[in-house]
Amino acid sequence: MSTGSMEQLYQQVILDHAKFPHGKGLGAAADLHLHTGESHQVNPTCGDEVTLQVDLDDTGVVRDVRWDGQGCSISQASVSVLHDLVVGNDLATVDQLGGTFRALMQTRGNGLDDEAEDALGDATAFTGVAKYPARIKCALLGWAALTDALIKTGARENS
Amino acid sequence: MTSILDGAARTLDASELAAVRADFPLLARTLRGGRPLVYLDSGATSQKPEVVLDAEQDFYGQRNAAVHRGAHQLAEEATEAFEDARDRVASFVGVSPGSLVWTSNATAGINLVAYAMSNASLGRGGAAARQFALGPGDEIVVTAAEHHANLVPWQELALRTGATLRWLGVDDDGRIRVDELDTVVTERTKVLAFTHASNVTGAITPVEPFVARARAVGALTVLDACQSVPHLPVDLTALGVDFAAFSGHKMLGPTGVGALYGRRELLEAMPPVTTGGSMVEVVTMESTTYAPPPQRFEAGTQMVAQTVGMGAAASYLAELGMDAVAAHEAHLARLLLDAVASVPGVRVIGPTDTRDRLATVSFVVDGVHAHDVGQVLDDAGVAVRVGHHCAQPLHRRFGVASTSRASAAVYTTNEEIEVFREALTGVRAFFGLEVS
Repeated sequence: MSTGSMEQLYQQVILDHAKFPHGKGLGAAADLHLHTGESHQVNPTCGDEVTLQVDLDDTGVVRDVRWDGQGCSISQASVSVLHDLVVGNDLATVDQLGGTFRALMQTRGNGLDDEAEDALGDATAFTGVAKYPARIKCALLGWAALTDALIKTGARENS
Repeated sequence: MTSILDGAARTLDASELAAVRADFPLLARTLRGGRPLVYLDSGATSQKPEVVLDAEQDFYGQRNAAVHRGAHQLAEEATEAFEDARDRVASFVGVSPGSLVWTSNATAGINLVAYAMSNASLGRGGAAARQFALGPGDEIVVTAAEHHANLVPWQELALRTGATLRWLGVDDDGRIRVDELDTVVTERTKVLAFTHASNVTGAITPVEPFVARARAVGALTVLDACQSVPHLPVDLTALGVDFAAFSGHKMLGPTGVGALYGRRELLEAMPPVTTGGSMVEVVTMESTTYAPPPQRFEAGTQMVAQTVGMGAAASYLAELGMDAVAAHEAHLARLLLDAVASVPGVRVIGPTDTRDRLATVSFVVDGVHAHDVGQVLDDAGVAVRVGHHCAQPLHRRFGVASTSRASAAVYTTNEEIEVFREALTGVRAFFGLEVS
């Protein structure tokens, strides 16, 4: 009964991440490092929300991302994939990944070039989301939280 | 209030329903992949019959001019069209045209009342308006079932005046706790604002005990009639409410227009809210006197074409007969409830019986977020609403952040509900969940 576009939208990678999310569960206050930033973001159209903590080491590399939230499979899987992508990367790389992912969301489902898709890895599974304008916000909710949380680490002030 | 199922009201037969559908150009379109549209989002906004589109087109094509000013023939004709539309809408809800104020939508109508009360609380409108004044110690009562449009304006009014906001609860079936009226609505209550029918649960409110309790304590009643006017016979005079707001676009009319009913003597005593042109009598540099209602509340150039469209919509529904509309939709409510009940892992938020309810059914698919439910239904051409439907407190009451909502209208068919049911059957399976 499906036209096949549902399988394109909900790729197995997305369904897997939604079911078994990575990095889910917030850190207790005692775990929080000096360079931790936290952000709470809400999608007012559907009530989806995510709280995301990012923890940087002294050299500005993302040590960890922890998050909690509730929402649709697209929004939840996107934060899980974000976790895998950004942990271990420096801020410049994280910014670049964020920019590439946002660019992917503007492609109306046509995708990006090979180099960009290699960089995004699992996140290219969200290509189909860009065909549904109403769902792009779902995929970007976690990335909006990351941007805000990174500002709150204070690491941006000197850069 | 009598149940829409009680009466032996005539429903629409197959050929009448086919004729109704033929009146709505949009219902004939197809979606991605050539799928026919199954529009089950009329609770958000209804589709429009050709007579409404024609009425707007005819107004701009033949009669467009400024209303209530100018002595030329076009101005006369435009004014006549504008006031004729008011007559039609007023008569449709059983009130006199002098007690019907055009607003840009229902939200604006409710805000108009709240801000007029705010102005009265500041002393505007003099002694006659003192009945609308609020202050510390006074209470505003709403219900936990309200759309944000009938909640947030009252929260704000309470904050501006120092009054306290209280509310009636909602039972497990999604019905407002009528039994709490006697304890929550007291001598301190100045306003009782409540919905005639929930846009989430579809539950119809028995208006009578609300009005009786409000009268007993001297409180004003404000009815959100957005969901009732398009689907039920509504006689606001008989209901006895003091104010009622509803919108054009949910009752087959255009967007950008709604109506506020107020008992005439209340409107006469109420201070204006939006001020400027068209709502005045004498203006000097020092002071201004105001026009009688409804013009007092219609400042600036009005949305004339939309009012004409809303008038045409009211006439269209009146011609079908609201008893027949309600009977058809009562049948659809039964089908929708049966459809949802037939799918394992799906539960209704709201009454599961058809007594005093609309063909508006919100539901949760266990393990699948409403957004994902909506997406799979959309793939089958079925348009439902997903999210909190502008009623976050009501969703919180049921422990969910969002629901999916199928809402029918006069043009909805049995076959459409069957397409919806089939698509719903596939949702849990698609997300790898058990279906038995």
